Amino acid sequence: MYRSHVLVCGGTGCTSSGSEEIIQALQAEIDKNGLTSEVSVVKTGCHGLCALGPIMIVYPEASFYSMVKVEDIPEIVSEHLLKGRVVTRLLYNETVTEDGMKSLSDTAFYKKQHRIALRNCGVINPENIDEYIGTDGYQALGKVLTEMTPDEVIQVVLDSGLRGRGGAGFPTGRKWQMARNFVQDGGQKYVCCNADEGDPGAFMDRSVLEGDPHVVLEAMTIAGYAIGASQGYIYVRAEYPIAVERLRIAIGQAREYGLLGNNIFGTDFSFDIDLRLGAGAFVCGEETALMTSIEGNRGEPRPRPPFPAVKGLFARPTILNNVETYANIPQIILHGANWFASMGTEKSKGTKVFALGGKINNTGLVEIPMGTTLREVIEEIGGGIPDGKKFKAAQTGGPSGGCIPAEHYDVPIDYDNLLAIGSMMGSGGLIVMDEDNCMVDIAKFFLEFTVDESCGKCTPCRVGTKRMYEMLDKITKGQATLEDLDKLEELCYYIKENALCGLGQTAPNPVLSTLRYFRDEYVAHVVEKRCPAGVCKALLSYTIDADKCKGCTLCARNCPANAITGAVKEPHVIDQSKCIKCGACMEKCRFSAISKK
Amino acid sequence: MANVNIKINGMAVSAPEGSTILEAAKIAGIDIPTLCFLKDINEIGACRMCVVEVKGARSLVAACVYPINEGMEVFTNTPKVLDSRKKTLQLILSTHDRKCLSCVRSGNCELQKLCRDLKVDDEHLYDGERIEYEIDNSAAHMYRDNNKCVLCRRCSAVCDKIQGVGVIGANERGFKTNLSSAFEMGLGETSCVSCGQCIAVCPTGAISEKDNTNEVFAAIADPEKVVLVQTAPAVRAGLGEAFGYPIGTNVEGKMVAALRRLGFDKVFDTNFSADLTIMEEATEFLDRFSNGGVLPLITSCSPGWVKYCEHYFPDMTENLSSCKSPQQMFGAIAKSYYAEKMGIDPKSIVMVSIMPCTAKKFEIGRDDEGRDGMADVDIALTVRELSRMIERAGLNFSALPDEEFDDPLGIYTGAGVIFGATGGVMEAALRTAVYKLTGDEAGPVDFTEVRGVEGIKEATYNVNGTEVKVAVASGLKNAKELLTKVKNGEANYHFIEIMGCPGGCVNGGGQPQVHASIRNFTDIRAIRAKALYDIDAASKLRKSHENPAIKELYETYLGEPGSHKAHELLHTTYVKRGLYN
Repeated sequence: MYRSHVLVCGGTGCTSSGSEEIIQALQAEIDKNGLTSEVSVVKTGCHGLCALGPIMIVYPEASFYSMVKVEDIPEIVSEHLLKGRVVTRLLYNETVTEDGMKSLSDTAFYKKQHRIALRNCGVINPENIDEYIGTDGYQALGKVLTEMTPDEVIQVVLDSGLRGRGGAGFPTGRKWQMARNFVQDGGQKYVCCNADEGDPGAFMDRSVLEGDPHVVLEAMTIAGYAIGASQGYIYVRAEYPIAVERLRIAIGQAREYGLLGNNIFGTDFSFDIDLRLGAGAFVCGEETALMTSIEGNRGEPRPRPPFPAVKGLFARPTILNNVETYANIPQIILHGANWFASMGTEKSKGTKVFALGGKINNTGLVEIPMGTTLREVIEEIGGGIPDGKKFKAAQTGGPSGGCIPAEHYDVPIDYDNLLAIGSMMGSGGLIVMDEDNCMVDIAKFFLEFTVDESCGKCTPCRVGTKRMYEMLDKITKGQATLEDLDKLEELCYYIKENALCGLGQTAPNPVLSTLRYFRDEYVAHVVEKRCPAGVCKALLSYTIDADKCKGCTLCARNCPANAITGAVKEPHVIDQSKCIKCGACMEKCRFSAISKK
Repeated sequence: MANVNIKINGMAVSAPEGSTILEAAKIAGIDIPTLCFLKDINEIGACRMCVVEVKGARSLVAACVYPINEGMEVFTNTPKVLDSRKKTLQLILSTHDRKCLSCVRSGNCELQKLCRDLKVDDEHLYDGERIEYEIDNSAAHMYRDNNKCVLCRRCSAVCDKIQGVGVIGANERGFKTNLSSAFEMGLGETSCVSCGQCIAVCPTGAISEKDNTNEVFAAIADPEKVVLVQTAPAVRAGLGEAFGYPIGTNVEGKMVAALRRLGFDKVFDTNFSADLTIMEEATEFLDRFSNGGVLPLITSCSPGWVKYCEHYFPDMTENLSSCKSPQQMFGAIAKSYYAEKMGIDPKSIVMVSIMPCTAKKFEIGRDDEGRDGMADVDIALTVRELSRMIERAGLNFSALPDEEFDDPLGIYTGAGVIFGATGGVMEAALRTAVYKLTGDEAGPVDFTEVRGVEGIKEATYNVNGTEVKVAVASGLKNAKELLTKVKNGEANYHFIEIMGCPGGCVNGGGQPQVHASIRNFTDIRAIRAKALYDIDAASKLRKSHENPAIKELYETYLGEPGSHKAHELLHTTYVKRGLYN
């Protein structure tokens, strides 16, 4: 028995801010102080507050240390672990109160969260199957295999109202039912897991894989039992090395424990899982492209029907669910459909994990009940927008989604509401934009991503998105006409109707939603040749106010293009033909003499 | 199979269960335009030309791959559908090298036809960045111009799925996607077998044979040269299509007249050397069969197949017949026997061949073909090139009289002409081999078991109490399947005929291109083959050894089939290339 457990986040976020070094230093310091048998160091998955990493939690006090540095380790060990005195200066300031410390779950960031999919992330050691079992892991599988028929399993999933967390929100139970009902020849079926998370700014699947890999294995095995499959594949991107490594460890341990392989729990049900690494193509997150890639071919979507539940991987009935979807399954089995369905809105049950990014204070991962409003997520959980700037829009759904303007700040977030306001749930990226963001520029950013990631199979996506990008580029350079704007909009609707796969069909959404809510910004670029947010460089000019300029020469010395001239103590002038609009002059000027417009 | 009832544009249509919207619409008399779709070969729904509205569907659907179901309501001609198709074309055009006036496919281009049908009025609407691609002319037989590629992928599908070769495919992605070989290698550096099936299915001018027509015009104009031409069996069944004749029309007489009017000194027939091939090959077979030689003997008439064997089954080149192909035998005889007979300096002969084949362009440059510094054949043209020569010379093809080949190298039997269809070489060989074994002049002529377009056919014949097991494959994927069985000991044959192109030379890579809109609903292989079998059936002489010109050739010049002189002129050797050579 240890008297104290120190949990250090080993997720990708904290690892990249140095948590590996911290774990090493911590263990060394513990050993040095003779505490080896009293204090256990646990490398966990992600806690969600990635902006504050590296993160360390010391139990039993549950002290939440943030932004820990290697230099802080001796103090934490000698003060906290040896003498029992919490190092207040290193605590996450939200947890510090006048009379001591408050629980993490009472902080604004965690208070409104409800962690089901992320239940074990940051809590257990993901590389130790016993810790997963210690938190009810594999109990659901046991229950399913020994007490339930496949149809009962599917009924529970159906009744829970769980919908696909990968983006489109297709009812998970119905997908399973379709695959189960396909019994034409009694041959092989497959269970696949989509861990090819690719939306810019979304990393919830990575977090689950890194922090709680067994939950995915358990859920896939349950799915295998439900549809009658004996083989599963997890398609995970190779850019997630930690997740891949932990999945490998988890699969090995599960096989060792007899939780994967032949005759699981002594039943006649056998199931195994293998990993397939994706090479980084965004389109491989599309289900048919993903399966084509597993088959060893160039990852490109194929037309549907036939749907994967009828003819999927290797032309066999296949179900494909996203990581977060699977992460809900064992809890639904254990606590029942009603428990899950009691959370959320009428048609969107349970919780959803969002990755908060952009202009927001608490960058990180949050899991909230469906129906939480955007305002709650951004203002309360996310801690608002930095520097007191004004909220302008939130982008959800990644390159397939859209921008939600301030007028919809209080819409409860669920699948149908987001669709109705021109965006979509997507995998859960939520990027916050403030008044300094140009919406045309944002649309162009997402289009650039789509153009780059288009597989090139169908004409509308391969050529159409490229032409859309070129039109947007023209707009941001002030070279477009109002006719071009109409042409752009027409092309958007054409691509939505004509593209082969979901990625192509949704590619115009960032443009259509910004046109819907921020058309005036487009018009300003086109008609007035002006970027209202001051982002589009071609439309900007920096000028020096001769009355305010003291002739200090600082701007001229800092200009990388030598575009500023002027004698000492005389007003300076910017040569517009040389200016590259980098803004260095304005940043350096101590007299606010330089303005951009 | 049960029928499914749907409505197309409000009209009731009944079509077999499992049909696509495209097929159901065809039944209703509506041709939905397609571009990437090739039935059973390229069913990928990629180009989006064939989009239609389906009541209740979220977006437009691709008719080529979308299955019908009971009660479905389809709309093929709404303004939204027509506008979408037009925009798809305009987007394709924005990346297309629009040099239509000078394009080899002008007038026969599927993209051009679609643009006309769908009334594309502004081909510049979506002009923007275009990637300039270098032309790949590294292969002996063809060039690829990606500036005209519409990325329909018909070429890569036929190369991979039908031919089992797969040397072209999509590289890069998105806007930069292009069809090319691995690591952007030139096609000539790959294990491409030169079959030209990619050319046959390309809808535009992106892939074409290398054009050698100018060399022919120049040779004809040179008074020092004696320009001889030979035409392969299948040419007469394909050439007419280029001049508006129905598929499968035999235009032998007009073809001969056209060649004569183009100025060739003599117009001969490869059918003659097909008969000659049978004499040599049947002899070789009987020799191997009786004397414990390497079996199965596999035919070597198809240079695409031969190259495939060298690349993909190098350990089976000993099974290949050592006989040169009929094209090469013809050239060898023309420059020896015929030259001597006519008192012509063989070096002044320019031997031109008209072939339904692109691999023939590769074959004429092979090692161990020709002798004394002379190639057997100097210029090999495809049927398409001949049709272009006829157009260029201003010959009114349909108004030409029917004329006959010159003697003696224009005399042939029915056995020679069926070389152009899969199974034909086998049947011709059997006719002569059976005669040789039995000595019965009245022996069997029709070996129908080896006829037809199936990819793999097999038959067993009892000749004088001896069983002879034969197999026939066409299309290299089928050849691969058959040979793999042979290699694994799962099948056992004495004699195998393999043709590189599916259906044999009638569907060769050098035949006139047939638009997918026709190919998808017509088996052009069977129709063209029928023209050849009709000629055979009407022939007085139907066995190669009965050909009087062949008899005379052996009596006066070669001696016996398989003689030393025959070997010197008519046989060749092969290279074990492997995949990467």
